[in-house]
Amino acid sequence: MTPAITPTVPERASTQGKKQHLLDLQEWSAEEVWALFETTDVMAQVMTRTIKKVPALQGFTVGTLFFENSTRTRLSFERAARAQSADVISFATGGSSMSKGESLKDTLRTIDALKADLYVVRHQAAGVPYQLTRWTDAAIVNAGDGRRAHPTQALLDTYTFRECSPGFDGFEGKKLTIVGDIAHSRVARSNLRLWTKLGAQVTLCGPSTLLPHELEQFPGVTRCFRLEEAVEGAHAVMALRLQLERMQKGLLPSLAEYQARYRLTPEVMALADAQALVMHPGPMNRDVEIDGELADSERSVVERQVANGVPVRMAVLYTLLVGRQ
Amino acid sequence: MRRTVLQNAHLIDHRGDHGKADLYLRDDVIEGIDLGGEVAQTIDVAGAVVTPAFIDLHAHLREPGQEVKEDLRSGLGAAVAGGYGTVVSMANTTPVVDEPGLVTEMLSKSEALGLARLRPAAALSRGLQGKQLTDFAALREAGAVMITDDGEPVKDAHLLRRACEYAAELGLVVQTHSEEPGLRQDGVMNEGLVSQRLGLPGNPVAAEAAMIYRDCEVAMLSGGRLHVAHVSSKRGLQVVEWFKAQGAPVTAEVTPHHLTLSDETLEGFDPVYKVAPPLRTHDDVAYLRNALIRGVIDAIGTDHAPHTQAEKERDLLEAPFGIANIEVTFPLLYSELVANGGLELSTLLDLLQGGPARVMGWQVPTLEATRAADLVVLDLETGRRVAPETFKSKAKQSPWTGQVLKGWPVMTFVRGKMVFEREVLSD
Ligand SMILES: [Zn+2]
Repeated sequence: MTPAITPTVPERASTQGKKQHLLDLQEWSAEEVWALFETTDVMAQVMTRTIKKVPALQGFTVGTLFFENSTRTRLSFERAARAQSADVISFATGGSSMSKGESLKDTLRTIDALKADLYVVRHQAAGVPYQLTRWTDAAIVNAGDGRRAHPTQALLDTYTFRECSPGFDGFEGKKLTIVGDIAHSRVARSNLRLWTKLGAQVTLCGPSTLLPHELEQFPGVTRCFRLEEAVEGAHAVMALRLQLERMQKGLLPSLAEYQARYRLTPEVMALADAQALVMHPGPMNRDVEIDGELADSERSVVERQVANGVPVRMAVLYTLLVGRQ
Repeated sequence: MRRTVLQNAHLIDHRGDHGKADLYLRDDVIEGIDLGGEVAQTIDVAGAVVTPAFIDLHAHLREPGQEVKEDLRSGLGAAVAGGYGTVVSMANTTPVVDEPGLVTEMLSKSEALGLARLRPAAALSRGLQGKQLTDFAALREAGAVMITDDGEPVKDAHLLRRACEYAAELGLVVQTHSEEPGLRQDGVMNEGLVSQRLGLPGNPVAAEAAMIYRDCEVAMLSGGRLHVAHVSSKRGLQVVEWFKAQGAPVTAEVTPHHLTLSDETLEGFDPVYKVAPPLRTHDDVAYLRNALIRGVIDAIGTDHAPHTQAEKERDLLEAPFGIANIEVTFPLLYSELVANGGLELSTLLDLLQGGPARVMGWQVPTLEATRAADLVVLDLETGRRVAPETFKSKAKQSPWTGQVLKGWPVMTFVRGKMVFEREVLSD
């Protein structure tokens, strides 16, 4: 039997009712993000119980719509939905049938006949979650669109910092350093938006070919080509996965040169704040962008990031679905 | 013999404003002003401007092979609804217009339609492959008026050089779609702050400016007439201006969308704004607008590029490039640049009439007796909403949907025959 416990949602959650979608984080205020963290606390507590299920979303149907494969993210969302007793329909659409000739609108209309209340969307092209909002009444959660945004990843990264940073006292005055292929990274874009929204400074680090100068025009963001300088005094350092095909595209001379200049090591981390956390959105190329030992060290919160994925996504689904009623 | 009179017409052509008069047409030519005598048809156009029909040097009519997007009937129908009497069609069809038989076929088909006059462009290279020149002389013989691989830049500078040389000998204009492929890469919008914000692959201004520079150098080297299509950026146009100042045999056109829209329109992720070359920044738009006033742009070419609704409802990486605009070009530019923008009506008209004619070495159209009775009647007063569902074009989508514009063509005459009349509906 499922214990009939509805998570107690903090008072501030009522303001979340206005939020229809989670497309990116610009349209969410800092207060709404803090409220979401509090909802996440409740969800995280649910996930520590013997029976990890509440009836909060009973009667709701969540559709996962992954045009680009990502088993990890899809399973995390599906777990988040089922843990709240929502029904889940999973559309594995990677590649074939829909890519050729069919418009997004037609694809969505076909799927929408199944009447899901919320779609979790992953697509290789930026903007698709936005486009879909035009053609359905359902709520849309962006689970990663092209290079643009991956808001639940940024939410779980900031949530993890809030949880794990020793003596956490807010994001004001904190420095996040993101290292790697910023140009192609939706994780970097969503994180720099969210951390700066919450009051932190963000330093982007990588070779200039992967570090677009325009990003420096974002408030609170600086650009730095030297890893040591970028990491100095940082409170969190996030290494991004390096796509190995970047070499072929002429964006990097060689893997060896990248590793020599940008691999995150314990030596480099010694320059960071004494309490600094090491983060990685996964999946990791061990010893490419991050030293294997560092990834397993005490500073590393990589496992907490993974663990927080489900409660954060539970909170997002809850906020959007129950908040809409 | 058949005579028609357009009564109370406000006559304007590139020679000037001729005030109100009755304009007489005889068969397919203009007969004269205030002649009197018996007529078969009397049309009262009081309050409207009558001026030579427009010439478009750059439209994608999609026939043969892509009739799902547009065909000669819908495309030339859209053209006359936009006040155009002559249209140069691009050759990037399926098959590519790279052999004389296709030119002949398109011409006879369009003659039978009796809409706008079709003046086909032929491909520069066979199959637009950028490898081997097409038979320019035979294509010209068949009726092709321009040589262009538009849709694709000419990657191989040597091929462009030989094309310019050969075209010069035959009196043909070579038109280029100037974007350096290595810099353009897989860009789907202007590279800059907005593309970084949106996480969409960018196509930098440098791709256009560098290629215009190369193409103009090739034109100077070869002595051939080069027409640079759809210049979209300040830097791109500055290169053209620099070459013009050197006396290079170069002309350039801009499109209605590059004169009115910026890259920020992509913030809503609607592929209706996806076009090549891409919409640039406000700065670029302002520079292009100012350049019209300064007289350094030779012509406005629509780059009318229709696609199906389904194609424009794909994601931004997959959706095809192109904006269908030939039906709204004049009202759009009249409303934004003349009524609210400080451009003289006479300048705008010249960019749509005399400008394109001079680029091609054609006679500049006027309202003088004996000249072709290709005319447009413009209502400069009534505001009408842009309603793509009423377009003659098969592309029922527009960046300007819902915008109220003035300056709509209400009638278009080609060869003395009324080929378009706007339904007068109160809006
Ligand atoms: Zn073109």
